[in-house]
Amino acid sequence: MDWNFIIFSVVKIAVAIGVLHAIAAYAVLAERKISAWIQDRVGPNRVAPPFMKYIPVLGPVLTRWGIFQPLADGLKFMLKEDFTPAGVHKAYFWIAPAVAIIPSMIVIAVIPFGSVMGHQQMVIANLNVGILYTFGIVSLGVYGIVLAGYAANSKYPFLGGIRSSAQMISYEISMGMSVIPVFLIAGALNLSSVIAWQAQHGWLVIYAPLSFIIFLIAGFAETNRLPFDLPEAETELVGGYHTEYSSMKFALFFLAEYSNMIAATGMMTTLFFGGWTLPFWGLDQPAHSIGIAIVQILIFLAKMCALMTVFIWVRWMFPRFRYDQLMDLGWRRFVPLAVVNILVTAIVLWAIS
Amino acid sequence: MIVNRRPLTFWEKLYLPAIMGGLKVTMRHAWRTLFAGKKVTMEYPEQKWAVPPDYRGAPYLVRDQDGSTKCVSCQLCEFVCPPKAIKIIPPGPAGQIADRANAEKMPREFEINMLRCIYCGMCQEVCPEEAIFLLKDYSITGQSRQELVFNKEKLLALGGVHPGIQKWKHKAEEAKEQENFPVKV
Repeated sequence: MDWNFIIFSVVKIAVAIGVLHAIAAYAVLAERKISAWIQDRVGPNRVAPPFMKYIPVLGPVLTRWGIFQPLADGLKFMLKEDFTPAGVHKAYFWIAPAVAIIPSMIVIAVIPFGSVMGHQQMVIANLNVGILYTFGIVSLGVYGIVLAGYAANSKYPFLGGIRSSAQMISYEISMGMSVIPVFLIAGALNLSSVIAWQAQHGWLVIYAPLSFIIFLIAGFAETNRLPFDLPEAETELVGGYHTEYSSMKFALFFLAEYSNMIAATGMMTTLFFGGWTLPFWGLDQPAHSIGIAIVQILIFLAKMCALMTVFIWVRWMFPRFRYDQLMDLGWRRFVPLAVVNILVTAIVLWAIS
Repeated sequence: MIVNRRPLTFWEKLYLPAIMGGLKVTMRHAWRTLFAGKKVTMEYPEQKWAVPPDYRGAPYLVRDQDGSTKCVSCQLCEFVCPPKAIKIIPPGPAGQIADRANAEKMPREFEINMLRCIYCGMCQEVCPEEAIFLLKDYSITGQSRQELVFNKEKLLALGGVHPGIQKWKHKAEEAKEQENFPVKV
């Protein structure tokens, strides 16, 4: 075994998971703030540790922005009573949150979040079949939700679980098919190679816009975001699959949703927006110094956050789809569209070569 | 009435125009709230709502223009109060006499339990002396239950003087008018 490899991998995993959680926490804040602005409100602007009011300008400003709100939210989740209702299937009830969050965290393993720092590639696992790994893991995410719906042993979570399984299956197919043109064009399944191709030829969103649109919409469905949040439809199903959960178990589902969102936007950045590259100032080449490497990681995070903002923005605009509309859109619109997209791309590529 | 649904055109079926319209609307609202300061909410403890003149908040006792207690301890409000928030202890046969001329008596103690009060305004409606009014206070808070049982002194202090409502002065004027009977118009 190569100790160097193990140590650097552990460091990368720790940092990536830490950043993932931090971004997830602040994504919740962004969600609340953006929803507030869209609804003509102010959003969270009160929470601050007591010493903040003694810091002249910065303290009040940070408080107004709600910077400390995620800390308060997290603390609240930890201090709440972890209640297990009497009628639940205990074992499944305990396993479900873990099953929901683990796939959402390990999916980031193959996403290249930077070029190289020193001699280390800024990706946890540079798999040759990166995208297949992603789809394999993402499809596991539904088990947590279905298990939660089943374990709760009450009707609303159960309905949420059923809806979730149907929704995930329908959108997984169009999502998987939507990225095939990307790999046809780039000619490799390795995500680092896809980025290298984009550095040379320009972003893939220009070459395959239809793929991007299908992937984006299927991404909304896969991450249970509005307009496809049928599994947790608050207005119909109380809280959906996590109705019976409280405290950290609920927080894990919450975190899983946002981690999924981060993974989906990370995937989109990698596949369609050139990952950590920018087409000018030589930022599209692997870094030679640590400074450039950090800038490239920040570029990746910035692109990801921009896409996250789109996710949040769309959430506060759309009404929820009805169940049959959801199925109709998934099976009768996107699947044929994705097939046509693959065929057209293949024919064009064949014609060019 | 049956309204026939118009079949959607191809453009409408694509959802895209509707999506763009929605994005535009939400963006416009976010922009206005962020940069034009057009938020509709109020930051409550710092900014307070301007209470309209006929607002019915917490019931308080009021004094007349001479600063004397208007309540005559008739206990109508105590009997009418639906949540039984009002408790009046009358002065009794040998009790304190009223502090103004036209009244027979005044309450020895008058308590309103603000935790029970439902702000219905029946006490104000039933009061023959115009002595109790629902005033503008809407945020009654305290540290203990006992603190929120307001006694006579507190209610009178909070209610203040209402010189505009001078029932006994009007009565006296009416009585004087009655003496020279054919009322001048």
